[in-house]
Amino acid sequence: MEDTSPRTDSSTDADTEDKMSNQLQGIGASDGSDKSRDQKTLRRLAQNREAARKSRLRKKAYVQQLESSRMKLTQLEQELQRARQQGIFISSSGDQSQSIGGNGALAFDVEYARWLEEHNKRINELRGAVNSHAGDGELRIIVDGVVSQHDDIFRIKGDAAKADVFHILSGMWKTPAERCFLWLGGFRSSELLKLLINQLEPLTEQQLLAINNLQQSSQQAEDALSQGMEALQQSLAETLAGSLGPTGSSGNVANYMGQMAMAMGKLGTLEGFIRQADNLRQQTLQQMHRILTTRQSARALLAISDYFSRLRALSSLWLARPRE
Amino acid sequence: MDKPPLNNIVSRIKHTSIKGELMEIVREVARKNAAVIFTKSWCCMCHSMKALLYELGASPAVYELDQHVNGTQMEWGLRALGCCPVVPVVFIGGTLVGSAEDIISLHVDGSLKHMLINAKAIWL
Repeated sequence: MEDTSPRTDSSTDADTEDKMSNQLQGIGASDGSDKSRDQKTLRRLAQNREAARKSRLRKKAYVQQLESSRMKLTQLEQELQRARQQGIFISSSGDQSQSIGGNGALAFDVEYARWLEEHNKRINELRGAVNSHAGDGELRIIVDGVVSQHDDIFRIKGDAAKADVFHILSGMWKTPAERCFLWLGGFRSSELLKLLINQLEPLTEQQLLAINNLQQSSQQAEDALSQGMEALQQSLAETLAGSLGPTGSSGNVANYMGQMAMAMGKLGTLEGFIRQADNLRQQTLQQMHRILTTRQSARALLAISDYFSRLRALSSLWLARPRE
Repeated sequence: MDKPPLNNIVSRIKHTSIKGELMEIVREVARKNAAVIFTKSWCCMCHSMKALLYELGASPAVYELDQHVNGTQMEWGLRALGCCPVVPVVFIGGTLVGSAEDIISLHVDGSLKHMLINAKAIWL
């Protein structure tokens, strides 16, 4: 019989070796001694095991690479989002993964930044007019311009709240120090009036009384809205807690869905609270202007703008502070 | 000009009179109380407006549309009166004041308190 062992047949070409391998693969191979067949089978099996092991290792390495790439991608996305929120406008190309809510938030941030720039220009104009002792007529025009600009941002905020109420509520469109004082997506009119009373002197007794009443009224309205928000939170928590419990039965699944639907309804009312909070801010400012003279209104607007500018400056200092 | 068909007129009259009845139910409630607030038990903005009225010293009659036996009729009456959203809605001295937005605006300029005093819903 021909000795077909590969060990001695080192000069065989690939084709012949393959043929011999094929012959060896058959379990019922009838050629060759049992001993040489066992050796070939064993070798074949060893080769298979080795190949399989290497294949598994390669697959593992590939999957690990994918996982770490995925994490890096998520990190980059988060950094990008953060950078956007800080006003650095980066064009998003093919960003279809972003939800409509996300785009609404970015759009608002950009609009707000633009508004702030315009606002600061007008404030500087107002400052110039006040410092140069301009007449009431001229002051009135500029003051009215600033007031109407305030109305603009309230309208823009309202639209943004419809698109993404949580973005407005989060205050992420404001700087960190401003966020410290956040109430229902903006500033507290009552606090603002408290700050202004000192800046607005001299006030007539009538004006002082009116401003104090206004401050009290806006505080009462703020408290009322806060109470409603607390009730909303509590009600939402109760709704979600109500769907907890032993799972499995179909009754519980229907319950769960019903309770989720209820919770969704409750979240929907958040926009109304933001709207009324902004309404309160707008009404308070309007009433303040009714109480004050033109010159006083001008000084009030400057004081308000300066106050928020300082908060923003504080935020910048804070963000740039040296860290160990 | 074509005259509208008879059955159209009849249905419009019926529709108007039902609307009228429903609005009347609401007005009746408003007349009986110095201050009324229409709410729904789960409505948190209603909670806010109630809190504000209580804070001013008023004790408005509270009609919870989802709990009251005539709730549905009153709700349609309110809608017919043009109330949107349908809750919360406040009447003072029999007059429709409005929704949360109106309440807040009137409160800030001081009118709300005067309305409540005039309607004897609060006393100084």
